[in-house]
Amino acid sequence: MLKVQGMVTSYGNIKALQGIDLHVPAGSIVSLIGANGAGKSTAMKTIVGLLKPDAGQIIFQGQEIQGLPAYKTVALGMSLVPEGRQILANMTVLENMEMGASQRRDAEIDDDLEKMFKRFPILRERRDQLGGTLSGGQQQMLAIARALMARPKLLLLDEPSMGLAPLVVADIFQVIQEINEQGTTVLLVEQNARQALKISNYAYVLETGKIVLHGQADDIAQNPRVKEAYLGGTKRK
Amino acid sequence: MFWQQVVNGLTLGSTYALIALGYTLIFGVLGIVNMAHGEVFMFGAFVGLLLVTTFQLNIFVAILGAMIVGCLLGVILEQAALRPLRRRSVSHLAPLISTIGVSIFLESLALRIFGPQAQAFPASVAGQLLSIGPLKISSVQILILAVSFGLMLILRFWLQKTRIGKSLRATAENIETANLLGVNTNKIIVMTVALASGLGAVAGVLVGLAFNAVEPTMGVTMGFKGLAVLIMGGLGNVTGAMFGGIILGIAEVFSVAYGSSSYRDAVAFGIIIIILLWRPQGLFGAQKGGH
Ligand SMILES: Nc1ncnc2c1ncn2[C@@H]1O[C@H](COP(=O)(O)OP(=O)(O)O)[C@@H](O)[C@H]1O
Ligand SMILES: [Mg+2]
Repeated sequence: MLKVQGMVTSYGNIKALQGIDLHVPAGSIVSLIGANGAGKSTAMKTIVGLLKPDAGQIIFQGQEIQGLPAYKTVALGMSLVPEGRQILANMTVLENMEMGASQRRDAEIDDDLEKMFKRFPILRERRDQLGGTLSGGQQQMLAIARALMARPKLLLLDEPSMGLAPLVVADIFQVIQEINEQGTTVLLVEQNARQALKISNYAYVLETGKIVLHGQADDIAQNPRVKEAYLGGTKRK
Repeated sequence: MFWQQVVNGLTLGSTYALIALGYTLIFGVLGIVNMAHGEVFMFGAFVGLLLVTTFQLNIFVAILGAMIVGCLLGVILEQAALRPLRRRSVSHLAPLISTIGVSIFLESLALRIFGPQAQAFPASVAGQLLSIGPLKISSVQILILAVSFGLMLILRFWLQKTRIGKSLRATAENIETANLLGVNTNKIIVMTVALASGLGAVAGVLVGLAFNAVEPTMGVTMGFKGLAVLIMGGLGNVTGAMFGGIILGIAEVFSVAYGSSSYRDAVAFGIIIIILLWRPQGLFGAQKGGH
């Protein structure tokens, strides 16, 4: 579904990504793990077109998309749930969700809204409240629902568990798995590597702008180096 | 007497509100102050005048014509003075300077085309005075009130309810997020500048009618008042601009009626300063500065 080859992205003189390769097969959950500042968000933003790569190819469903602006990649079927959720705080929950469908012109938008409200009942309760009044977990649900309103084929999630209570984190990972089971491919960025690896098929480890390791999620979870650096050592099971 | 002044204040205030909305829309979306807005306003006034005098058109058609020319000026302004600066990481003061450049250009152009002297609308447009009880309202006042409140209502509805209006609000809140959600934010920005300029041009015709004078320098003082309202209402806040404009208009009219006309601007700006001391973020501004 998504193939990234030799992607380089810089901020001014700083090369945040130094040529990375990624492959996300249709139907899978692929996770990208790495420490703070490794370049995970930069990779996600470049893939969806918020940043322009200096070099490399991004191929989505057989089409080269590097350099396309984000509003066009949305139309092609990619939605990013950005780091920090980026809820439109002065717009209502419903309006946030409608904005997710801003590229769509079909007649099924209302049906999809109804589906989202079924999946996230709390959003129905809060539908006329301003987005900024929601709690962190609710905002994350809203950010996911909003992204799904675009009917993406590939959903990109940037640290969806950041700053959330453990119970809410479990909910979010549950939702991600369900979304995947219903046919949406997922590319997941997490610092919470343990949970991410549990639900992923495949994983990449990013360190200072380079992929240092990749493989089946189970193998990565057993890798001693990964255990040491990202899973809090070997003491914790 | 009191209610008469209220009506006069509302009339003047509604034109201020219309001007301030132009500043507010652009500030809301781009986070910049468009220093050329006063001159777009002035140009609108001349276009309206020209359509009424030279082309002998009805005043409503003239207002519409001024709006269209204003929108076109907005598109040119965005392409020439704002867009080229947006891509690069230039100082946020750069658009301030480039729009000052456009304002000087427009004022000089108006001087060349229309000459320096003030020009008046023909007497036929001024219309007659209507009496409603003790109130006296001229048909020009009714026109001004109807057009400016009408436009404000339409704008509010459009921002709240339509797809493009919502996209504009999303862009104003966070360009990157709007883009991520599938909004072509460049298109929204052009449209916002065009819309703001169109409203400014209509305000120009209305103010030209109210004072029965249209001249190339009229954009300067009006521009400052619009800016004052932008700050008083809360930067980038549409409701704030509407109420702020009306408060300024009423304050001015009352200071003339019950004080002296030479203190008109002093009183009005005094009130703005007091409001800002009380609420530094403006009447409707968010607690923490947005942008
Ligand atoms: N807007 C920016 N301007 C300059 N440098 C940036 C910017 N955003 C991120 N960086 C730098 O790029 C590197 C990668 O950042 P990021 O992709 O946000 O990492 P991660 O998401 O893995 O924490 C970091 O060194 C960071 O300081
Ligand atoms: Mg990040």
